[in-house]
Amino acid sequence: MAVMTYREALNLALREEMRRDPNVFVIGEEVGLYEGAYKVTQGLLREFGPRRVVDTPIAESGFTGVGIGAAMTGLRPVVEMMTFNFALVAVDQIVNTAAKIRYMSGGQYHVPIVIRGPGGPAAQLGAQHSQSMESYFYHVPGLKVVRPTTPMDAKGLLKSSIRDDDPVIFIESETLYNVKGDVPEDPDFLIPLGQAIVRREGTDVTVIAYMGMCYRAMEVAEELAAEGISVEIVDPRTLRPMDTESIIGSVRKTHRAVVVEAGAGFAGMGSEIAAFITERAFDDLDAPVERVTGANAPMPYARNLEKLKTPSKDRIAAAVRRVCYANGG
Amino acid sequence: MAKTITRQEPALGVDAELARRLLGEMLLIRRFEEKAAEAYALGKIGGFLHLYIGEEAVAVGATSVLRPDDYAISAYREHGHCLAKGSDPRRAMAELYGRRDGLSKGKGGSMHLFDRSVNFLGGHAIVGAHLPVAAGVGFGIKYRGGDQVVVCYFGDGAVPQGEFHESMNLVALWKLPVIYVCENNRYAMGTSTERALAQTEIWQFGRTYGIPAERVDGMDVLAVREAVGRAVERARADKTPALIEADTYRFRGHSMRDPAGAVYRTREEVEREKQRDPIALFRGYALAAKLVTDDDVRTLEKDAVDRVDEAVAFADASPEPPGEWLFTDIYGEPPREA
Ligand SMILES: Cc1ncc(C[n+]2csc(CCOP(=O)(O)OP(=O)(O)O)c2C)c(N)n1
Ligand SMILES: [Mg+2]
Repeated sequence: MAVMTYREALNLALREEMRRDPNVFVIGEEVGLYEGAYKVTQGLLREFGPRRVVDTPIAESGFTGVGIGAAMTGLRPVVEMMTFNFALVAVDQIVNTAAKIRYMSGGQYHVPIVIRGPGGPAAQLGAQHSQSMESYFYHVPGLKVVRPTTPMDAKGLLKSSIRDDDPVIFIESETLYNVKGDVPEDPDFLIPLGQAIVRREGTDVTVIAYMGMCYRAMEVAEELAAEGISVEIVDPRTLRPMDTESIIGSVRKTHRAVVVEAGAGFAGMGSEIAAFITERAFDDLDAPVERVTGANAPMPYARNLEKLKTPSKDRIAAAVRRVCYANGG
Repeated sequence: MAKTITRQEPALGVDAELARRLLGEMLLIRRFEEKAAEAYALGKIGGFLHLYIGEEAVAVGATSVLRPDDYAISAYREHGHCLAKGSDPRRAMAELYGRRDGLSKGKGGSMHLFDRSVNFLGGHAIVGAHLPVAAGVGFGIKYRGGDQVVVCYFGDGAVPQGEFHESMNLVALWKLPVIYVCENNRYAMGTSTERALAQTEIWQFGRTYGIPAERVDGMDVLAVREAVGRAVERARADKTPALIEADTYRFRGHSMRDPAGAVYRTREEVEREKQRDPIALFRGYALAAKLVTDDDVRTLEKDAVDRVDEAVAFADASPEPPGEWLFTDIYGEPPREA
């Protein structure tokens, strides 16, 4: 175990997988000479050379398509989106090509590609550079979607994503790159896709949250413990396929659930999670499932408005209290 | 207005065997498409069906200079490219019928034929989207140090799309062994190239990007063979990409839902273009050059009819895919979600 940043954990995962498998290569804007817009690919060009660390012009659709064609014929590309906002330029390649090839070809071809980069709310970057992008992808059969919260998850899940035979959308976060945590140095350490983790055990209420919202929920849980409310926090880690069993299992134990997400609430991740909890564990619930979501507004620039857009600790705590006091909690 | 291009003497040489092969393949595709149209009218094929009738010389000429380990990829008017690459017409027809023995198990349909056994990387139905994918196939070839090439067929309708330009730039920038073959049949559905392109001489875009480019008579199977042959040679030698504009024409409507094709082009134009029928032209040439006899032609025509009849019977007899297949081939291993 070593202590490293989320950024270093991603970098190590890339290095280890590139050393392990000569078919793995990295491609994207500024990944080589510039060493990554957020320095996730730092040092890769030096170690692996320009054949395997490929700088591209600004052509997201083009280089994503290049990754797909390479993947269909045997390579394992890791395509970096400078930020996921720009992946929208390539969304046709991702949704209509990468996600559909295995199905349309009746299983003859598959697309082992990872499309990774930062997404989600960032610091005062405004409406086009600061938004939760996962909802554009987790709706699509054929894609897998990962949102790694901790440095350990960043490493273990990125490695699994690279070894996975399906297209994986791997969305990191600008605000987490400097977070430090324990990371296994074992090059065989993997975290399987589709496995949630209980970040904190509790008995009164299950809070489902990932990425920045998970850290925020952990702080809230600490504070509520002083009030005598015992919060269990489940981080899905992979949004598709989602580990619904672990979430349902936790709700069966606590009988209450709050979903927290940074993205706008309408038809968001919280809607889906609340729906399947209600469908599958209705009789176990002592209160309606609550959602705490980003406001249904684009991300504003002004600092005070930006704060209003994303779920605050107060809003999370209020929702937890509401579900707990329901039925006398 | 058709610009007729006179063919130079074929440098690659045509012997009797090659002439029979080229003619036989074009006849097979033509017959396959005619029978597909019939099956569509009978309701045996659904959805969109885009026929390749009139354009056979492009697929057959281009494929004739490829090796089996070379790749081909196309848009949705791809039956001809897939058959020329060597696919079994029975399994192609079964795919059009949506049956379990189809190339894609009935899940792809007319627009999504794939055949890994002949390195046919699919029919793709988002205009322009498979051009970057072809660049990626070329990238992979170069990455592995191979000497294969990939031929990417697309219509004139893909040229105003951004991905055409991104792809031209990337294959030129990175020198990838990709041969882009634009089948300029002068219409994207009802939009003529004049109404879609500021530069209607599509091959000229090759010059912009520094890619060897040429225009070729797409109704002349030998001319296509020559042009693609030159491009393949360069691509094998040093990964030089190419852009080839094949001047061709579709004799039928855009799809079976546009049977007459009469609103956006005149009957006279269609009739005039039919005088350039690539099969009639090559048959005439091969007979005059004594490469084939009348008997040979009759045998080839009968072969095409028989093979397609067999394909139709095979498709008819193939069962529908089982219901469980709705959920297979989405992921490599079954994910835990329902
Ligand atoms: C991106 C996209 N836009 C629109 C369509 C609808 N569409 C299907 S075929 C077609 C015309 C394409 O013409 P062309 O590329 O010249 O090929 P052709 O049909 O002539 O072989 C259009 C507009 C589509 N499939 N994809
Ligand atoms: Mg056209």
